[in-house]
Amino acid sequence: MKFPEIQSHLSRYIVGIAGAGGLGSNCAVALARTGIGSLVLCDHDVVEKSNLNRQYYFISQIGMAKTEALRNNIAQINPKVVVVTYNITLDRSNIPEIFSGCDVIVEAFDKKEMKEMLIETVQEEMPGVPLVVGSGLAGWGRSEALRYRKIDETLYLCGDESTEVSEEMPPMAPRVIMVAGMQANTVLEILMGKL
Amino acid sequence: MKIILNNREEEFTGESLSVMEMLEMKKFTFRMRIIKINGELIPKEMYDSAMIHEGDDVQMLYLMSGG
Repeated sequence: MKFPEIQSHLSRYIVGIAGAGGLGSNCAVALARTGIGSLVLCDHDVVEKSNLNRQYYFISQIGMAKTEALRNNIAQINPKVVVVTYNITLDRSNIPEIFSGCDVIVEAFDKKEMKEMLIETVQEEMPGVPLVVGSGLAGWGRSEALRYRKIDETLYLCGDESTEVSEEMPPMAPRVIMVAGMQANTVLEILMGKL
Repeated sequence: MKIILNNREEEFTGESLSVMEMLEMKKFTFRMRIIKINGELIPKEMYDSAMIHEGDDVQMLYLMSGG
């Protein structure tokens, strides 16, 4: 299958991305480049200088809502992508409504408590919708520890499942981008499987 | 009894055990995780009451902060 045919197939799908930080911004940009039809982006934060070490934003965007900044960046890369943004905090009550209609959801939060909340909510309230989780990306090196796991048809995991961010083990661009890329690649696997 | 834990066969004594008992036996209690039994997600409030039986397919994944 040639790239234009792949793009044409992917243009029929909507992907929800929960969080627009290191995982979410890089995953969204990767999917935009593939020709995905629509992205639903959710985050309540604004771009800060400290985000630029790993997140897909620019100095000129500091202070701007991440969802808005990411929409602008995607428009500069592939204006055909329809981008829907929610500048809010996701919780158990709003997740099913915001992501209704999404063919796949990407978990791209920072805190593990939020990851747990999203997984429980999507698995319980949105049966059948595949969820791609990122877990374990801190530090550098150990590329071989990053792995993809398909738990079942509705739950996929990318990351090392063992390193947690801390002062001594910060999130660094290469490993964050690798996991974000694995998540985007998993989205493609799911959507290309619908052919 | 034999169960499948993350795609590997594991053997436990007895006919059944709760999720919490399994976590304690495997010394798996310290990290945040998601558990599914036969494809059904078990919320952490249910770890004491949700039971694992012979032949069950148990999937466990670990949640680490960072994103």
